[in-house]
Amino acid sequence: MSDNGYKSGSNLEKVLKAGHFAFTGECGPPKGANVEHLNEKMAPLRDVVDAINVTDNQTAVVRMSSKAASALMVQAGLEPNFQMVCRDRNRIAMQSDILGAYALGIRNMLCLSGDHQQFGNHPESKNVYDLDSMQLIALTKKMRDEGKFLNEEEIDEPPKMFIGAASNPFGDPTEFRVYRLANKIDAGADFIQTQCIYNMPRFRDFMKRAVDMGLTERAFILAGVTPMKSAGMAKYMAKFVPGMDVPPELIKRIEGAGKGKMAEEGIKFAIEQIEEFKEMDGVAGVHLMAIEWEHKVPEIAERAGVLPRPKVD
Amino acid sequence: MIIADRKPLEELQEMIEPYDNIMLVGCKGCVTVCNAGGLKEVQILASTLRIARKNQGRPIQIEERVLERQCDPEYVEQLRDTCEQFDAVFSMACGVGPQFLSEAYPNQRFFPAVNTTFMGGATQHGMWEERCAGCGNCITHFFDGMCPIARCSKSLQHGPCGGSAGGKCEVSKDIVCIWDLIVRKKTEQGRLEDLRKYWAAKDWRTSRDGGPRRSVREELVK
Repeated sequence: MSDNGYKSGSNLEKVLKAGHFAFTGECGPPKGANVEHLNEKMAPLRDVVDAINVTDNQTAVVRMSSKAASALMVQAGLEPNFQMVCRDRNRIAMQSDILGAYALGIRNMLCLSGDHQQFGNHPESKNVYDLDSMQLIALTKKMRDEGKFLNEEEIDEPPKMFIGAASNPFGDPTEFRVYRLANKIDAGADFIQTQCIYNMPRFRDFMKRAVDMGLTERAFILAGVTPMKSAGMAKYMAKFVPGMDVPPELIKRIEGAGKGKMAEEGIKFAIEQIEEFKEMDGVAGVHLMAIEWEHKVPEIAERAGVLPRPKVD
Repeated sequence: MIIADRKPLEELQEMIEPYDNIMLVGCKGCVTVCNAGGLKEVQILASTLRIARKNQGRPIQIEERVLERQCDPEYVEQLRDTCEQFDAVFSMACGVGPQFLSEAYPNQRFFPAVNTTFMGGATQHGMWEERCAGCGNCITHFFDGMCPIARCSKSLQHGPCGGSAGGKCEVSKDIVCIWDLIVRKKTEQGRLEDLRKYWAAKDWRTSRDGGPRRSVREELVK
């Protein structure tokens, strides 16, 4: 821990440690070197979220690197949450990228396994998986807290990241999910962002177990929310996205809103969720993944009553 | 054993195109057991290629042979008298075969007639599944007899990932999520605590990542 008592001193860490209900957003870098496009996507998130997740070739589709897009955010005065997946890098590249990211002013990092390349636009590629997400979390912590590389060599100016990890409460086998969350916290995760939540009863059970196990005392858990744009999107997610639980009642509700009103119904549900998460024991904030809908985030934030965002010095 | 699949006929026809007199060599090892390159497969493939070429008006001579093993110089040597009489030689052994043959007969051209796929076993008649990645440091005992390196699509040592659904891998409904099975078995046997353990980053040097490998048994080396 540094002199000021913070692990990295990122805005997200400060907001969470001060006990505020955190609100993070997400931005997928462009499929090209188009900085203007990235600027357009991140602009609506300014002053609306505490940090912006920058996805790392999500769904294994090639995009601008998450490190570069995160650095562009830092330059623009926004706070990125740099995502790193284990699919594309070995431990040499990982450590090098962590150093580089820190040097570029990046202070939050989300450690992920990564979607298998089979889903993406280069299914012919070779994957790496030298380390898995658990080992990446531990590596990032070791570099920060011990100031050492994986091989025990000393680091000249250790990178101090606020370390994040993902959790999918709805993946199978369900009963094991809370243990995997515990393992990630043991490995060194400071905060957790969950998979998109649609099945609220199941999430309530999951959180209850996490609280009972004392996990929420040891890491900040941010509940994942993705507003549905249409019944079509809800059905697609229910059917094709592995590890996603979209209850049929929700699909019916969105569909029932009728043509032209489904997006609003999706937003309404998201806002209801956020309201409940604010009160839910152990939930420290919300991670809003408005996929290709970044411009809607200010409205959702406003209506969910999470604005203005706190400033912590 | 090593599992292989015969190459598609079109590819093989293209390979034999320049030749009129070839030898097709099977292997009595793994490829016989997995029905890819034993005596029976040699006979079937030879007949098929002969008929195809005859229909094109360019008949081809194909000598059929099967060696005890193609991964042993002692047996490869049995082709000494005849090997170089042919325009080309096609091996139906795993990828080791055409290489051992090439090393023994540098003046001959060798072609693989099968694609070598993985190390595994038969899960039912006519179906084989991968079980081993040959990482050089077996850890299956920690996972109740299941190998996450070979059988998890991401080789996770701390699974299952978020894509595990209904016991299947996110990559395909045809792939079992091995982590789902590991968790279930540990749960059934009251050993779920085992999965709270942290596994340090794996040393891949014993795997292919350390370069091509060699195994030496000192007591056998002359």
